[in-house]
Amino acid sequence: MIYRETGNFVTNYFKDREIFPLKFDKIIVILGLLILYLYVPTTSEYTLSAHVIPILAVGLATVGLNILTGLTGQLSLGTAGFMCVGAFSTYNLMLRMPEALMSLPVALLFSGIFAGLVGIIFGLPAIRIKGFYLLVSTLAAQYFVWWFFNSYAWFLNYESSGVVAIPPKMYDYWGLGNLLGVDMQGYPARYVLALTVCLALTYFAKNLLRSNTGRNFMSVRDRDIAASVMGISVPRTKLLAFFVSCFYCGVAGGIYSFLYIGNVDLMIYEIDRSFTILFMLIIGGLGSISGSWLGAIFVYEFPIVFTWIGDTIFKGAFNTAVVENVSNMVYGIFIIALLIREPGGFAALWATTKQKLRMWPYPH
Amino acid sequence: MDWVYLIEVLVGGLMSGVMYSLVAIGFVLIYKSSGIFNFAQGTMLLFASLTFVKMTENGIDFWTSLFIAAGIMVIFGIATERYVIRPLANQDLLALFMATVGLATFQEGFSQFVWDSDVHGLQMSKFLDIGLLDPAPIFMSDHIPWLDILIPKFDIFASLVAGSLIVVLAFFFQKTKTGLSLRAVSDDHMAAMAVGIPLQTVWAVVWAVTGVIALVAGLLWAERVSVSFTLIEAVMKALPVILIGGLTSIPGAIVGGLVIGVGEKLGEIYLADVFGGQGIELWFAYFMALIFLIFRPQGMFGEKLIERV
Repeated sequence: MIYRETGNFVTNYFKDREIFPLKFDKIIVILGLLILYLYVPTTSEYTLSAHVIPILAVGLATVGLNILTGLTGQLSLGTAGFMCVGAFSTYNLMLRMPEALMSLPVALLFSGIFAGLVGIIFGLPAIRIKGFYLLVSTLAAQYFVWWFFNSYAWFLNYESSGVVAIPPKMYDYWGLGNLLGVDMQGYPARYVLALTVCLALTYFAKNLLRSNTGRNFMSVRDRDIAASVMGISVPRTKLLAFFVSCFYCGVAGGIYSFLYIGNVDLMIYEIDRSFTILFMLIIGGLGSISGSWLGAIFVYEFPIVFTWIGDTIFKGAFNTAVVENVSNMVYGIFIIALLIREPGGFAALWATTKQKLRMWPYPH
Repeated sequence: MDWVYLIEVLVGGLMSGVMYSLVAIGFVLIYKSSGIFNFAQGTMLLFASLTFVKMTENGIDFWTSLFIAAGIMVIFGIATERYVIRPLANQDLLALFMATVGLATFQEGFSQFVWDSDVHGLQMSKFLDIGLLDPAPIFMSDHIPWLDILIPKFDIFASLVAGSLIVVLAFFFQKTKTGLSLRAVSDDHMAAMAVGIPLQTVWAVVWAVTGVIALVAGLLWAERVSVSFTLIEAVMKALPVILIGGLTSIPGAIVGGLVIGVGEKLGEIYLADVFGGQGIELWFAYFMALIFLIFRPQGMFGEKLIERV
């Protein structure tokens, strides 16, 4: 087989810490990056706008939730609320800061920090409250944030319709588009920005997982009392997890509003979205970064594919409500079946497949 | 300060609290017996009341539909235990929670697929000739001269139903053999199994009972708000209630419901101006629960957790 795990000898500590220690993996990653950066932007505008960019946005939020729920063990249903904070603060930063200081990437960074701070505020109860009781805190965040942006029209620049379209000048990037001769508002440019942010943050998350901080997160998840006995400050770790997680969600919210739909709309950050992202996390596998992305792709594409099947195979013999209901039923059954067969989600499924391939053709 | 108005508000709050408690009881039953945070409670409400309403709309009389709907809920509960809970026994609690969210998604699609997704009104006064179901409110001043407040009759009916449901449950739990084994299981799974209590049967009973409670709660909610998709949101209303009351306590669910109901109404009146906006009831209950839990992390009547390494 081409895929060889043997014959890789680590000769120094730097090599020992590599994310992709195998030569074959490195080739795959480089090829993947080339495809992502060179081929995908040239695909149709529809593919980018309806499939790729939204998946990038929700996938990033899933990675964020993974840091909180998968790594630190704090169940959260406030993901959409924190995304909402990100989207609104990106918009307001772009709107109110001098143009020379603000550009979309900078605004995304700061809105992530804002969302993280909001996350810390709603994470404070986690110091006292544990388990399912903590749901009340994140749900309070979800509903409060939603209500807050709904009630104070200042944040939407007094737009009476409740939806504000993002003006084209916000995609200016300090005149970079004119300089390169690229339409920065077009989907390929949006995609490249979203992809870069997502890759950078995924890389960061992957490294966080392997760092001292990440191990602290996991020890708090596994047994917080044991962690505190070992000298890990549990409150500090939990709040840090809330900050990092909500930072991711905030950036994801900014990407969702700015690079995907192109307007700031409160309606897309309702509680349903929090559940969708939790589904992505569970289906992908708790605690696995690559699993989060797989889960995001699956959950996002599932209803689309299902509707497509309903439309093309049955030629619209059933109306959309029926298709939607059947889609919900199949989806529910699928989740239960997956939890029963493989509670570790796609990540565990992938690990098993890899193990089987390694042994192939001899099962033992 | 207008005292009569205040009392009216308090009574209204207590009555809506009863509605929350009804949903919360189902939650607590399942959590107590199996540690599962049952998110499908809201869709069970929808499924039960939709089944009932569609049957009455097709000309089946009240009691028959009620019994058939209850029977369907019992079958559904047993099937849930058999095909969802049993294969997942001993899994991580989060996985079980997600399974119930999956169950909720399934049920949401299923109930609207089998029946329909229209909004149905439900008027029980059409079927039952009880004076209490008359839409006109009761003037308390007719009975108690100095108390000049209005109470909707239906609220009294709902409270009576809730009260009798609780009495029946209390009897079931304290006096029957099944109730005894339920209590044993909720105390300690392993010990209960060791003395020969069939865990799976007990869980099936709990899910079936919860289904019937969902039917009762669903009908009362439906009478108030109509049978539609929005019934699912009842579950979000009941969440702070059970968290305040403590996840493992039925009295907690009731007291929690009343506290949230009254608190919400008072907050709406006295705090809405402070926050300069409408709709604070969206999050007010959660903040109440949050503040309460910071002082008492296990809820009002929840079991105090003793943790050891």
